[in-house]
Amino acid sequence: MSWGENDDADDDADARFIELDGLEKVFDVRRRAGLLRREKHQVRAVDGISFRVPRGEMVGYIGPNGAGKSTTIKMLTGILTPSGGRLRVAGIDPSRERTRLARRIGVVFGQRTTLWWDLPLIDSYRLMHRMYRVPDARFRANLDRCVELLDLAELLDVPVRQLSLGQRMRGDIAAALLHDPEVLYLDEPTIGLDVISKAKVREFLRDLNAERGTTVLLTTHDLTDIEQLCRRVMVIDHGRLLYDGAPAGLHEVGRSERTLVVDLERELAPIGLPGTRVVRVEGPRQWLAFPAAESAAPLVARIAADFPLVDLSVREPDIETVIAAMYAGRSTV
Amino acid sequence: MGVSGVSGVSGALRLYAAVAAGGFRRYATYRVATLAGAFTNTVFGFIVAYTYIALWDERPRLGGYDLSQAVTYVWISQALLMTCVLMGGGFEDELIERIRTGAIAVDLYRPADLQLWWLASDLGRAVFHLLGRGIVPLVCGALVFDLTLPASPLVWAAFLVAVTLGVVVSFAIRFLVALSAFWLLDGAGAAQVSWLAGSFFSGLLLPLNVFPGALGEVARALPWCSLLQIPADVLLGRLAGWELTGAYAFQACWALALLGAGRLVQTVATRRVVVQGG
Repeated sequence: MSWGENDDADDDADARFIELDGLEKVFDVRRRAGLLRREKHQVRAVDGISFRVPRGEMVGYIGPNGAGKSTTIKMLTGILTPSGGRLRVAGIDPSRERTRLARRIGVVFGQRTTLWWDLPLIDSYRLMHRMYRVPDARFRANLDRCVELLDLAELLDVPVRQLSLGQRMRGDIAAALLHDPEVLYLDEPTIGLDVISKAKVREFLRDLNAERGTTVLLTTHDLTDIEQLCRRVMVIDHGRLLYDGAPAGLHEVGRSERTLVVDLERELAPIGLPGTRVVRVEGPRQWLAFPAAESAAPLVARIAADFPLVDLSVREPDIETVIAAMYAGRSTV
Repeated sequence: MGVSGVSGVSGALRLYAAVAAGGFRRYATYRVATLAGAFTNTVFGFIVAYTYIALWDERPRLGGYDLSQAVTYVWISQALLMTCVLMGGGFEDELIERIRTGAIAVDLYRPADLQLWWLASDLGRAVFHLLGRGIVPLVCGALVFDLTLPASPLVWAAFLVAVTLGVVVSFAIRFLVALSAFWLLDGAGAAQVSWLAGSFFSGLLLPLNVFPGALGEVARALPWCSLLQIPADVLLGRLAGWELTGAYAFQACWALALLGAGRLVQTVATRRVVVQGG
């Protein structure tokens, strides 16, 4: 809380805008064991996670399916109470003051829409206006801005059920921002989107974070989202934090590899270049793995110079591979 | 919290008014379906009306209704079939689906009350159904049969009050049915029981006044009586003065009791979601 002119207190509050301290969530799961007997056992979905996110930061929060990402987000929004540990968002205990917090945060669940299915997009926005009690002028300004930047002008009068997935996602992101939230949680915002829609969404988020200073916590399966948007990424698996740092470091820790897919004019012997290994050969197409932390440019130049190259593409490792490499790296170090 | 007093209340009113308007509009978008529905109501109205005529021919003044009143009762029941959702269905199917898929989490995180939200939306829907599915069958019935409809606008107004209370009772029942999905996971069973109870105990099959003895007493004391029997008797002019006040009180008591029960179950269910993750 601010004490008038005490800037130190404000700075401190901003430094731990989102604060988790040994956060835990344990679910009781009943499983059928035999005809009538049921076994009760516990699943530790979130198993002691601590981190701080300062105000205005854009952070990636990644992990394989079932790692505990959504459970964490649900606790951060207050729709799930922690089983243990401490949690504060903007100084508020989310599960105790869910409604008060809701006015200060925005949430986008990639696979679930908050929009009104049968009605034109604009109707959902009018509802947000009333629900969050946004002053009229502010609402207009925010809506105009979202409509412009997310390219929604043509869609406002279209019923949500007729929107494409990418259009709907942009609509959902706008809906989450009309009340000027200080924090935006995005749960898989680019899932199922095509390349162009993904680029649009990313560009918008980058601007939002830069111009408005909105704190963003992003879960995703797409490492490209993280690399293009976040300077910090947290990796979680089995409810624990595995990594917290720069996206580039992710590859160093895990020694994960990117793959260069090379199409040659004709079938050739595997391309043996130092620092790479050929993982697969299929006719004139070859797959070369190289360390993800290194640039692909020299490698591409070398291949283009020495081999009859037709086409090539670079494939980023997926999150599961990075995490698997991370475990492997740990056990060998 | 934070917003206090008058501005808080008016803010909430504006929100739920917007939700109700949305509830109206979302049904209004399906015009062809509405037309087809009104046609079906009318056809059923004719079938049931001729059945009643046959029955009242055998047993005149059954339940205290003369033939014209009995046929009028049929057309009122067709007009209120969708408005008061006599046979279930409607928002609860959607709510059950949201509970089943976990989308309910999105609803819970909003700064709005779940029960009031759905009530507002259902009231909006009811207004639409009264206009879109109620008027056509009643007018068709009045053109073909000699109906006993009141001339006084006061009786019509009294009827609308009874219908409004009936819609709230109907909502409160269906809200409880929907919330059962938190425990049953599949709401189909509860929805079927509610459909069966609704179509019999609302008086859709036959007016509840027709049933003699204990069965009739019980049927007339259950909440479903508020959905059709009471509004119909108001329009037929059988309830006036203190009897009318008593009927309203009966409806209001059930509405409050069931809404209260719904609120209680909602609290328990929310706690369950919040602690167990659904």
